[in-house]
Amino acid sequence: MLIRKPPDIKSSEITPERYYFNRRELLRSAGFVGAGALLSGATGAADEGPAGHRRLGKVERWPASLKTTPNTFEEVTTYNNFYEFGTGKADPAEASGRFRPKPWKVQIDGETEAPGSYDYDTIVKAHTLEERIYRLRCVEAWSMVVPWVGIPLASVLKRYKPTSKARYVAFETVVRPEEMPGQRSGVLDWPYVEGLTIAEAMHPLTLLVVGVYGVELPAQNGAPLRLMVPWKYGFKSIKSIVRISFTEKRPPTTWSLSGPNEYGFYANVNPNVDHPRWSQATERRVSSGLGSLLAARQDTLMFNGYADQVASLYTGLDLVKNF
Amino acid sequence: MVVSTRQIRLAGKPLLHLACSLPLVLLILSIAEIGGLRLGPNPQLYIRDVLGEWGLRLLLVTLAITPLRRLIGKPWPLLFRRLLGLWAFAYLALHFVTYFFLDRSLELALIIEDILKRPYITLGMTAFMLMIPLAITSTAGWQRRLGGRWLQLHRLIYPIAVLGCWHFYWLVKKDLREPLVYCGLLAILLVARIWWARADKTRAA
Repeated sequence: MLIRKPPDIKSSEITPERYYFNRRELLRSAGFVGAGALLSGATGAADEGPAGHRRLGKVERWPASLKTTPNTFEEVTTYNNFYEFGTGKADPAEASGRFRPKPWKVQIDGETEAPGSYDYDTIVKAHTLEERIYRLRCVEAWSMVVPWVGIPLASVLKRYKPTSKARYVAFETVVRPEEMPGQRSGVLDWPYVEGLTIAEAMHPLTLLVVGVYGVELPAQNGAPLRLMVPWKYGFKSIKSIVRISFTEKRPPTTWSLSGPNEYGFYANVNPNVDHPRWSQATERRVSSGLGSLLAARQDTLMFNGYADQVASLYTGLDLVKNF
Repeated sequence: MVVSTRQIRLAGKPLLHLACSLPLVLLILSIAEIGGLRLGPNPQLYIRDVLGEWGLRLLLVTLAITPLRRLIGKPWPLLFRRLLGLWAFAYLALHFVTYFFLDRSLELALIIEDILKRPYITLGMTAFMLMIPLAITSTAGWQRRLGGRWLQLHRLIYPIAVLGCWHFYWLVKKDLREPLVYCGLLAILLVARIWWARADKTRAA
């Protein structure tokens, strides 16, 4: 399938050099790599990336990545919504120290010819990793540009042979209250669950993510396996996945259970359909530092800029009702 | 040792000014990135929220003055009510300015839509507008000029506090714990007043 470049690229935003493959820049953007290396007792080991996170092996660059300069590694890993670790944006980074993403198993069940419990390596190692720069648009009207590393979800799902009855794919996050302090509160019902239609799950833009910035996913970003569905609000991109079920019926999803008037099953990024309490027409591009203090908000794009690729999934669907 | 009202005033005012300015000083240090303080990845919202939270906290502290005076049976807490109320106003005015200039970048269409269509912003904006006349008439001169009507006017602080807490309650995405703490404290402060007013009435009758 031909994927055209998103239309929102300004020439001023094009970075001539892919800066995070430049080690000096990487060190600068990570900021605290020295501390990470010190803590692990290693000094600049070849397989070590920012903050001591393990570098992923061979990663191919996806040609249709956003050309916008990504947010820094520090921004990507310190400003997160991951209620399993707390509801504050800094909580996931601060409270995820006890989380152990390895070993990891994923249960695959439902309408499949190959149900079972599969090891992380079994799921991931058969595929070539791709790096894709997507913008994450949070339903809270902020966004972040992130160099994700992953595998098109479709390639993985096909290996587990969904049957013809599989119309939806349901996902479930791990429950480990002893490692995830937010799960000791009742702010949401655990486990966190999400779902996609089979067409959405099989869409070439939907990514099963294993890393950011060329390193394994930090706990706060949803280690070791998470989704990234770039045309949907961030909460659809479920983190720390332990279960994938092919289902005939539409599966329940956490935020739509928690606030059915505010969060729908589809949750497609749509500047024309406001959240009941705030506008979705514009977004704040997350950016630390004094220089960005006076920066203007930017317009939110239909399907987060991927209308050409995904609008056809929703022909005939009332996007106001099916928010 | 007997401490005179004058001594309490002399010591209390600078101390309270210092305490009330502390969050603002920390915010300024964070903006300047001094002492390891940072605004974080979403600076506009961080500034806006810190200012709003401290404004609301100080508003509740201001409302606690009368119950405190009643509880300890001494008049001196009254000496600091205006100071606290004006600090609350200062934080909320900066909260408003941050929303206007930094968060919404002065895009009037966006701001008007917010005020009309977003109930929590309607509430917050109303509360702030109602605070302006209170801040203006907080001086001794205005108090004298308005006489009995001054007290009536300044009763606006009750609806302002209710709107402020409601604004906070309505804006959070899901975690209501913090706004509920504020709402609970406000409820205690208001119920205490009703309780005492009734008790006074019964005693008078």
